[in-house]
Amino acid sequence: MSYHAIKEWITIAEQKNLPLWEVVLEDDMSERAVSREDSLKEMEKIWDAMLLSAEQYDGTLRSNSGLVGTDGQKLEDYGKKGNTLCGDFINKVMTRAVQVSESNACMKRIVAAPTAGSCGVMPAVFVTLYKEQKATKEQIIQALYVASGIGKVVAERASIAGASGGCQAEVGTASAMTAGALAALHGCTSKQIGDALAIALKNLLGLACDPVAGLVEVPCVKRNVIGAVNAVAAADMVLAGIESVIPPDDVIDAMGEIGHEMSYKIKETALGGLAATPTGQAIADRVLQK
Amino acid sequence: MNIFDILGPVMVGPSSSHTAGATKIGLTARKLLAEKPIKADIYLHGSFAATGVGHGTDKALIAGILGMQADDMRIPHSFEVAKEEGLAFSIQNKNLKEAHPNTALIEIEGEQGRTLKIQASSLGGGRIMVNKIDDIDVNFSGEYNTLIIHNVDQPGHVAEVTSLLAHKGVNVANMHLYRDRRGGYACMVIEIDQQMPQSGLDWLKRVEGIIKVTYFNREVD
Repeated sequence: MSYHAIKEWITIAEQKNLPLWEVVLEDDMSERAVSREDSLKEMEKIWDAMLLSAEQYDGTLRSNSGLVGTDGQKLEDYGKKGNTLCGDFINKVMTRAVQVSESNACMKRIVAAPTAGSCGVMPAVFVTLYKEQKATKEQIIQALYVASGIGKVVAERASIAGASGGCQAEVGTASAMTAGALAALHGCTSKQIGDALAIALKNLLGLACDPVAGLVEVPCVKRNVIGAVNAVAAADMVLAGIESVIPPDDVIDAMGEIGHEMSYKIKETALGGLAATPTGQAIADRVLQK
Repeated sequence: MNIFDILGPVMVGPSSSHTAGATKIGLTARKLLAEKPIKADIYLHGSFAATGVGHGTDKALIAGILGMQADDMRIPHSFEVAKEEGLAFSIQNKNLKEAHPNTALIEIEGEQGRTLKIQASSLGGGRIMVNKIDDIDVNFSGEYNTLIIHNVDQPGHVAEVTSLLAHKGVNVANMHLYRDRRGGYACMVIEIDQQMPQSGLDWLKRVEGIIKVTYFNREVD
């Protein structure tokens, strides 16, 4: 990989006079020894799978444990009545975040982005943009390169696994990837793209991974909503001219450090946080016996 | 790690370690058996045992043994597919000594009568490690074509195998040797950059002192 920091990535883009997404594309071509067409085709496959993951939702299904399912349908029905507090666009983003995450819990096909537990965040935003005709497929493919470039830097400098960094490493990273990609899609400068991902990640620092009964269900499904909405808000802040006081690489390093400092009890072990509450314990006793 | 490890894999949920990784473990067991499996006894350890049903780990392991990949939409229905394809199976929990939390032990039997005992763990992100074959440490990831040779622990077998590889133009990426005791049962695990031709495998099977030859071909589905 030719860059190990957001700053380095931006410098390479400036030196080569390329947009950020093309730097990621070139990097993929050399790393996997593939042609430009092959790399683009692979990314198209990912996008198609993401789109399908949002379209396949079955609002009647519940997960094996029975803990999640049908909430995506409730949000969709609520949105159709109009007059939601968040407005139409954000309602649709929230709906898709829940629907894709619930589909994951119900053993449907999804794209881990960057993980299965955070698989609802990116499709929530990009499928909604696409369906609302606010972005073309080509624009989204380019944005996905930006997102994966961000994810790679986070994976290298910090972590994208709940077991090593908590939920901030999963939903936090997904949100940062989405925010940066969203800024890129809206014509932001490299600096603004960095600011967008920094703001999104800052907002989710310290988030524990405390799944009830150890399952990717509670609180994961609803956390995907917050990851998606947070990404849109971060991009909007940047588009309004707001900057991140702390630069992106520092934020990523802080996330890594916080993940390191976190107790093992809140890193996917189901020993702390929500999982260890009396209700969480009672649910675990019930569903794990099934 | 490339960008499609970040955006991907495309997989059936809910968990890359407990579902996608479990499918890969099952599929690896099938590839190592190199026959159509007719019977599988599965033992789940640690987190696989505690949260396996909720994550569909049981269905994913069977799906892999039936030859499915991690994105196969039939994974949730793998028990029914097993019935159709004549695979008898059992799944139970078992505490395995010093094993990674996400570990499965699979005893598998093929239609030609070949049997294999495989212990493998899921490391996260869909990546796996095969820890033991027939109770002997092997520790390979399945990211390379891998040759596993069980032999009697006596001089000359490593030389025989490596000269055959040289003769076939096969380059060694990694190689590990294990044995249970001096003069006992030994195992060579050789990760290679090319394919091992069938003629080479057949030759090895006839060598005196070589007990069992198992080949993992990463490219075959």
